[in-house]
Amino acid sequence: MPATPLIAYAHVGKSFDNGRVVAVDDVSLDVAEGEFLAVVGGSGSGKTTLLRLANRLIEADRGRIAVEGEDVSRIDPILLRRRIGYVFQSGGLFPHLTVADNVGITPKLLGWPQAEISARVDELLDLVRLDRAQHRDRLPHELSGGQRQRVGVARALAAKPRIVLMDEPFGALDPLTRDALGDDYRTLHRELGLTTVMITHDMTEALLLADRVAVMRGGKLLALGTPAELAANTDTYVGELLRTPRRQAERLGALRPRDGTA
Amino acid sequence: MSDPRWSEALAHLPDYLGNHVRVSVAALALGLLISLPLAIIARNRPVLRGTLLGLASIVQTVPGLALLALFYPLLLALTALTAAWLGFSFSAFGFLPAVLALALYSMLPVLRNTITGLSGVDPAVLEAAQGVGMTPRQSLTMVELPLALPVMMAGIRTAAVWVIGTATLSTPIGQTSLGNYIFAGLQTQNWVFVLFGCFAAAVLALVVDQLLALIENGLRNRSRVRTALGGLGIAALIAATLVPAIARPHARYVVGAKTFTEQYVLSALMAQRLQAAGLPTTTRAGLGSNVIFDALAAGDIDVYVDYSGTLWANQFHHTDIRPRAELLSELKTTLAKQDITLFGELGFENAYALVMPRKHADQLGIHSIADLASHAATMSIAGDYEFFSRPEWAGIQKAYGLTFRAQRQMQPDFMYAAVASGEVDVIAGYTSDGLIAKYDLVALADDRHAIPPYDAIVLLSPERRDDETLKAALRPLLGKIGIAEMREANLRASGNDASSSPDAVARWLWEKVGGKP
Repeated sequence: MPATPLIAYAHVGKSFDNGRVVAVDDVSLDVAEGEFLAVVGGSGSGKTTLLRLANRLIEADRGRIAVEGEDVSRIDPILLRRRIGYVFQSGGLFPHLTVADNVGITPKLLGWPQAEISARVDELLDLVRLDRAQHRDRLPHELSGGQRQRVGVARALAAKPRIVLMDEPFGALDPLTRDALGDDYRTLHRELGLTTVMITHDMTEALLLADRVAVMRGGKLLALGTPAELAANTDTYVGELLRTPRRQAERLGALRPRDGTA
Repeated sequence: MSDPRWSEALAHLPDYLGNHVRVSVAALALGLLISLPLAIIARNRPVLRGTLLGLASIVQTVPGLALLALFYPLLLALTALTAAWLGFSFSAFGFLPAVLALALYSMLPVLRNTITGLSGVDPAVLEAAQGVGMTPRQSLTMVELPLALPVMMAGIRTAAVWVIGTATLSTPIGQTSLGNYIFAGLQTQNWVFVLFGCFAAAVLALVVDQLLALIENGLRNRSRVRTALGGLGIAALIAATLVPAIARPHARYVVGAKTFTEQYVLSALMAQRLQAAGLPTTTRAGLGSNVIFDALAAGDIDVYVDYSGTLWANQFHHTDIRPRAELLSELKTTLAKQDITLFGELGFENAYALVMPRKHADQLGIHSIADLASHAATMSIAGDYEFFSRPEWAGIQKAYGLTFRAQRQMQPDFMYAAVASGEVDVIAGYTSDGLIAKYDLVALADDRHAIPPYDAIVLLSPERRDDETLKAALRPLLGKIGIAEMREANLRASGNDASSSPDAVARWLWEKVGGKP
């Protein structure tokens, strides 16, 4: 791990409703440059809050969060968000804007020249494997769920961020699309040298895509490690989360044809 | 189109339509200018939002006519204040009160639809706007407003149609509009005018609605062509109504008229005389009788005909009744204090009178109001909209101890037919009305002089006090119009045919009193 983590949470806390609901409770966590971190947990575990604290969509009550070595509370939240890519659940595309305008929105906010934005949009559509000519001028409602999420990823990458935050990006997709998208993103992550934090409630997805997995429960960071390290964890909740992928693997393994041509 | 009333209606169209469009567009623009920012500010503030929508709803429940009428005294008081403290005054008559009242009227649909439209934007989309790094203002202009636009435009279109429709009610406060056709038509039973006015207002509302729909469609589908076409249409409409106003020589003289037939005829007659003397003149007809005196005092109109007893009792709140000549001279002095000139009497009197069918009166042996008193308890009476709240009515009741079984308010022109058919037993009619003879009615004698004299008198605004051209033009009318002529003129004007327009009747009357055509 390099000396300065790209995202560093130190004793971070956040509660809602005047302290009645504690969403994030004293979490410390470093994300290294180039790392793909998955944060896993049930609903109400605080995983989404943790993600949003990083680009100040939510403000922390306690602790310190640093992005690229800078304390986020000292950065203008608008500028902070423009330099961090964010992929929303089921895309979060602007329904009144075309694919090209959705993808080019952050560069536009940053004041890039129009020609540069246009070139960047084409580049990104290639990157997320959408046909330029076919999709550029379409509206989001004319796309399939998978295509929408590809546009969502392209939009997050548009302003060439070093960091990408993803909030259950593939959760609403059918398994095949989800797999293809996950693999494609993993490739982009590696090739572009991104640092990615992905929220998911699906342990299988986390284990397949991430370098390290963080497990959250009741606002606390319960476990953190590589898939192998996690497998050795003795916590019962972590064990419970791992049971599903294990069973899937066993059953699918049993179904594998003898000649191994699957 | 053989009926000359159609061509007469058409001749008024540029003036009426132009004024209608101007007042509607100004009111709508002002309404939007106030409502849109208010809605945007209020969208995330529940208390403010509730208060605004509540207030706008209350305004909406006030009938349009009343709302318009209320703005006149309000502005009159305000202009008195600015004159006293800031040294300038403005006209509380016509355009300004109409624009303010209509703007207020337009607020509810715009506020409600803008707030509804903005709060209907998917929270996930708002989050995305924040997430990609938009400032709150960028989120509003790039995301929220475009997404709320269809709902907002629906509200704006509703407001436009309401304003155009309600603007027809601005005639009584002195704003010329398509309502002039309707008010004049109702008063003089000219149904061609009424239909024409309704039709023109409806067409205007439809055209504006469709142009706004085109703009909305263009904005939604990001079609510059359609947006531009809609915008151009609206601009062309405004331009078309402005051109004749600029091209036309500005009328320097304005003749006022209240809301009944005789007033339409007399204002047309005076306007004809002024024009014949080479003075550019327009009429402002259909003015409320409380509005018209103040409008004259403020110089918004130059001349109109009022009645001595009306001014005596209603404007100056006298409760005593004086003999005719004494009342006139006293009135002249009082008016002069306000710099208003009582130029002279026309010659006839249009008094209130209790009127009933001759046959019925003879059967019961009723010849005077005193005779009526013993029968009143079983009888019903009808009067115009203001009669029962006028001091004269209180005076009659007090002098004769009258109590009727029922009292009803009616459109003046319908009262006579109502009493003739026995729908009501007695009406408070006008002595100069030709319908009294037509229906064989009788006016009951006022032996105790409870009803003041009502000489028709010509009043001049302060500005026209020394205007000799105007005086010379109107002088031939003074003392020349007898009760018989006026009755016949009124009877002709209440007809429903081509020769019954106020202009035509005024020409007839002019010849009748010895003028040259």
